[in-house]
Amino acid sequence: MYLRNALRAATALSLIAAGGAWAETLTIATVNNGDMIRMQGLTDDFTAKTGHTVEWVTLEENVLRQRVTTDITTKGGQFDIMTIGMYETPIWGKNGWLVPLDDLGADYDVDDILPAMRGGLSYDGTLYAAPFYGESSMIMYRTDLMEKAGLTMPDAPTWDFVAEAARAMTDKENEVYGICLRGKAGWGENMAFLTAMSNSFGARWFDEDWNAQFDSDAWKTTLTFYLDLMNDAGPPGASNNGFNENLSLFQQGKCGMWIDATVAASFVTNPNDSTVADKVGFALAPDTGLGKRGNWLWAWALAIPAGTAKADAAKEFIRWATSKEYIELVASKEGWANVPPGARTSLYENPNYKDIPFAQMTLQSILSADPLAPTVDPVPYVGIQFVAIPEFAGIATEVGQEFSAALAGQQTAEQALEKAQALTTDAMEAAGY
Amino acid sequence: MARAVTPRRKALTTALAWAIGFLIFFPILWTILTSFKTEAEAIASPPKFLFFDWTLENYGVVQDRSNYMRFLWNSVIIAGGSTLLGILVAVPAAWSMAFVPSRRTKDILMWMLSTKMLPAVGVLYPIYLIFIKLGLLDTRIGLIVVLMLINLPIIVWMLYTYFREIPGEILEAARMDGASLRDEILYVLTPMAVPGIASTILLNFILAWNEAFWTLNLTAANAGPLTAFIASYSSPEGLFFAKLSAASTMAIAPILILGWFSQKQLVRGLTFGAVK
Repeated sequence: MYLRNALRAATALSLIAAGGAWAETLTIATVNNGDMIRMQGLTDDFTAKTGHTVEWVTLEENVLRQRVTTDITTKGGQFDIMTIGMYETPIWGKNGWLVPLDDLGADYDVDDILPAMRGGLSYDGTLYAAPFYGESSMIMYRTDLMEKAGLTMPDAPTWDFVAEAARAMTDKENEVYGICLRGKAGWGENMAFLTAMSNSFGARWFDEDWNAQFDSDAWKTTLTFYLDLMNDAGPPGASNNGFNENLSLFQQGKCGMWIDATVAASFVTNPNDSTVADKVGFALAPDTGLGKRGNWLWAWALAIPAGTAKADAAKEFIRWATSKEYIELVASKEGWANVPPGARTSLYENPNYKDIPFAQMTLQSILSADPLAPTVDPVPYVGIQFVAIPEFAGIATEVGQEFSAALAGQQTAEQALEKAQALTTDAMEAAGY
Repeated sequence: MARAVTPRRKALTTALAWAIGFLIFFPILWTILTSFKTEAEAIASPPKFLFFDWTLENYGVVQDRSNYMRFLWNSVIIAGGSTLLGILVAVPAAWSMAFVPSRRTKDILMWMLSTKMLPAVGVLYPIYLIFIKLGLLDTRIGLIVVLMLINLPIIVWMLYTYFREIPGEILEAARMDGASLRDEILYVLTPMAVPGIASTILLNFILAWNEAFWTLNLTAANAGPLTAFIASYSSPEGLFFAKLSAASTMAIAPILILGWFSQKQLVRGLTFGAVK
């Protein structure tokens, strides 16, 4: 007993000596994405450097969102660090629910964070969450099918070219579909894609007075284009397809093109899972010549809830997990293809990373997205594939259900847009806009 | 008069029963099969039923990444604790309703059941705030109390139904022989209602084991049971079905085995009083 206590005391003392402060146990809420799992595996490095230990709470994305929202609004104090996205950060920052991250130290090099990421994770110029990894969306296409169709994919195609190529690549008898796009209802599912797509068609969710714009011609063109394209060249049952469903279709060689998160590039080119790993090319998300592309911007970021007693230790963790050194650490253990992408400029200047086939297209996609000016016409909101107001998730999920029903053939584009306009107007009025 | 059953009819009924049984069991079987596939095979289309490369890889990954025993232990304590606590409260309640009913007994029973009609999320915030005040967040004792409360109406209803089948005269006789109220419940009523109580315990244990709203929303790093273990294997970006299936199989295995061993007891209890 005495020996055990003595050992404990010795361990505690050594931890204090190592950390220069009291060793804490941090509780971190996160999602089950590959980069996060890798981070969990490397936590020992953080503990060795600081003495702090980490308890992980990994949850399904929607459960996580509900869980951390409950905790942060009630000041439950269950988590010292939360994994959140670009949607929550400005809203929560505005409400004073997050600890500002404006003092991460000179060696952290905050200016190295990609400007689009920094902008999307700030409120009023103050950073409230540090990007762990970032993503945009881009076209992933089958080079062999494109060649067979006699076409060449430009680096920055138009929607008309994409539609033409999709129809040319489609061979329904052999279960090859020219294009796979999200159809499953949800604000983070089909609406993420369609909202980003609508930006490139000149549409917007609201005008400057917060009036819903689903009755505009631009939205009608967007939705009609999407539905026609999916009916002609999309897979059957597309109204149930989200990221993972399309990923599996693409990996099995059933999609000619897939427009989705840049992070998918490493999955479709991984020969262990993908049957088409060596036949994938990348291009920017399409446009219509109006000056905006149909790509989104998202970051999985680490934030500290206001009210945690362990803010200093939590900042140390964030400094570690989102640093340049962490990227080097992952590269040394797991290879450059597995480092968390899309957060730091220096990564894309690193000669080791430049050889990764999708690296430059990912960077260009991220750079071409501007969450502060997402649309052709001016809007009162921030966010590309979402509108950063608390009401958005609920409204967009309902609108997503209407659009998904239109894709399933249960209603026309006009009917879906009419309902979307009505329900958005009602919800915004009820919310006092 | 017993109806004549032809062998043909018997065979048909048996086949139908097996078919329905298989249909109900199929999702579990599919989960178990998927847990032995690679991620690519798990989502293969057309789906592969039995002819794939069986692998234990997913179980290895799950073992490496999560502390299964801690989640299992939490599940056992939370499900077991809430069941025992529930029985302790419900036996006297059901006794009084079954043997000393008042004019309002039926209303009270109905009112108790009506609490089940409220969506759980409707009281998430009040409960969460109470838990913060009492320091019960992420504790097993907090979950034991909450799960006991949400399952209590069902326990009381089930026990009430079983107790009603027991003739009041037997209890009266015990009372005339000088049994106290405690003796009456403990030594006369309870032994006679053992099948009913056992199946109530089992059903409540299964309900508490599978409960996935409160157990996810009120726990963090310490008290998470197997539902939290399963939830950690779903991924928004990346294939996860094989690993999720492995985690699910590990989570349902104990309760599945318990169910198999206590099948007779469970069926007997659930049909108790169905035939007079």
